Amino acid sequence: MDSHTLLLLPLLIPFVVAVATLALRTRPGLQKALNLIGMTGILAASIALLVRIGNEGIQATGLGGWPAPFGIMMVADHLSVIMLIVSALIGVAVAIYAIPNVDAQRVGFGFYPFMNLLMVGINGAFLTGDLFNLYVWFEVMLISSFVLIVLGNTDEQLAGGIKYVVINLVSSLFFLAGVGMIYGLTGTLNMAELAMALPQVEQEGLVTVVAMLFLVSFGIKAALFPLFFWLPASYHTPPAAVSAFFAGLLTKVGVYALIRVFTLLFTQDVGFTHGLLLWAAGLTMVSGVLAAAIQTDFRKILSFHIISQIGYMIMGLALFTPLALIGAVFYIVHHIIVKANLFLVSGAANQLQGTFSLKKLKGLYAAHPLMAVLFVIPAFSLAGFPPLSGFWAKLILAKAGLEAGAYWIVAVAMAVGLFTMYSMSKVWVNAFLPGTDEDVDAGRTPTAVRVMYLSIGALAAATIFISVFAGPVYEMAEQSADELMNSSAYIEAVTGHEESVADSATRVDLDGRAGGVHAQ
Amino acid sequence: METLLAFVIGGLVAVSIYLLMRRDLVRKVIGVVILSNAINLLIFTVGRVTQGASPLIPSADKVPPEGIANPLSQALILTAIVIGFGMLSFALVLLYRTQQSTGTVDAEAFVDEGPDPST
Repeated sequence: MDSHTLLLLPLLIPFVVAVATLALRTRPGLQKALNLIGMTGILAASIALLVRIGNEGIQATGLGGWPAPFGIMMVADHLSVIMLIVSALIGVAVAIYAIPNVDAQRVGFGFYPFMNLLMVGINGAFLTGDLFNLYVWFEVMLISSFVLIVLGNTDEQLAGGIKYVVINLVSSLFFLAGVGMIYGLTGTLNMAELAMALPQVEQEGLVTVVAMLFLVSFGIKAALFPLFFWLPASYHTPPAAVSAFFAGLLTKVGVYALIRVFTLLFTQDVGFTHGLLLWAAGLTMVSGVLAAAIQTDFRKILSFHIISQIGYMIMGLALFTPLALIGAVFYIVHHIIVKANLFLVSGAANQLQGTFSLKKLKGLYAAHPLMAVLFVIPAFSLAGFPPLSGFWAKLILAKAGLEAGAYWIVAVAMAVGLFTMYSMSKVWVNAFLPGTDEDVDAGRTPTAVRVMYLSIGALAAATIFISVFAGPVYEMAEQSADELMNSSAYIEAVTGHEESVADSATRVDLDGRAGGVHAQ
Repeated sequence: METLLAFVIGGLVAVSIYLLMRRDLVRKVIGVVILSNAINLLIFTVGRVTQGASPLIPSADKVPPEGIANPLSQALILTAIVIGFGMLSFALVLLYRTQQSTGTVDAEAFVDEGPDPST
């Protein structure tokens, strides 16, 4: 298969499935099967793409056969493909989980088409090499997530949905403003071209202004301090399958976008931009974990922990050393799997006892020991217990922080790890421990929950795989960090020529001056 | 012309921020609409305001002639308008549905009280 098709498969498969499931509105059984096949297909295509870029380097293709900088480029480097694989994995797990978890009414109103459209948006955001195109993928992702978060129309969902919708609309507009201004400064929106053009821009202050617009916009999407309040207000309202999918992936698309623009584009004033990111990272970690400590709703605790974990990833980006970026990528892989899994566990607990409240859940350990085991794996990994994946992720970041001499952020990260342990033990003590078989109706585990165990178990196995084979995962993260630190390979793959001989005259000449935009 | 447009954009952004700060959700959504129009105008302005010809390439040529207006910023705005329209329709339906089922569009009604302290 040629690279062009392979690059577009992660977009085409979910799009075709979305259209097909829309046409099969009245056939829920077929929708479920198609969805599962589609998600598995994306996973296979993403793995094939990883093998391809492992052999042949970064792959790029222009949509409609237009070369850069005229066409919209789709680019797959290691970071993109790692994100694709992990999100497809969550897609498969949620596809299985949704079969018993999402009720017939929600399926009837288009759960599966929108799930797949959301996947199109997410994969598009990971693959695109064009800023305006990234905005469009974000919107595809947003409108699908809007529908999914309010699908079912309960009062709670509507109240959470409104906050989610309004803040995300504002965030997109900030992004659009940044895109407009960066176009005005350079005359291009192709990210590789921008990476070459931005250092030549004379008004350095304006570049930093644009960087801040992107920081605010992606910061809202990634739930960065102080822009995270929408997340715990909305993520606990939809069915567990939806909130697991959102918790695993949506904020991480924001983190991906931050990593992309703050390694490829805005590296002119690292002291200011990345310094600010480091402060935001520290405050995000602390505020998220402290807020989680007082919550009593299973999913709200997990929601606040998403925020504190985002801090770790941004810490890796903010330190901006090769090792720190390895840590950030490793952390994202670890976090997406673990966090989605914990939401899935909370949904299974809800299925059994009809509540997400820690005050009402009880005796899960006595009645359902298998679920207890499946909870402990991601929960301990989240808190960073050796030898689970979270331990390796935190170890890499701590080492990078010490090497960079940022001792305070390492201290904060370690302390936040302790508080994470506190929250996870709170869940364990309240929901799993109290009561014996007599208190709770042990009985046979319902079939619905058995199906849920299947996807929870698969993700737990993935966590153990990353923990045991941390070496290969580290090497992949290392390759993506290499590519992020040396953008020349990315630029060469997109534009087809070396950075040094790049012809800036190919860019649109906005002011009618000779020799390209703002060239001296 | 650019200066005038810059002030218009600034004014629109100020108005929209004011509306976004209101408790009434309908006003918030109107604020989003005005902000999105302000940003469309921003893209238009940074694409350089010129009195150029239509960006049409004569069938004999492969590149457009000199002195055309920048078509890219207009294409970007068109896309943004279409997307904004879709988002606005969704937001309005959501507001309507919320008003029907909860009886209010006051943001204060949706404030999360937090966990029950009696643990």
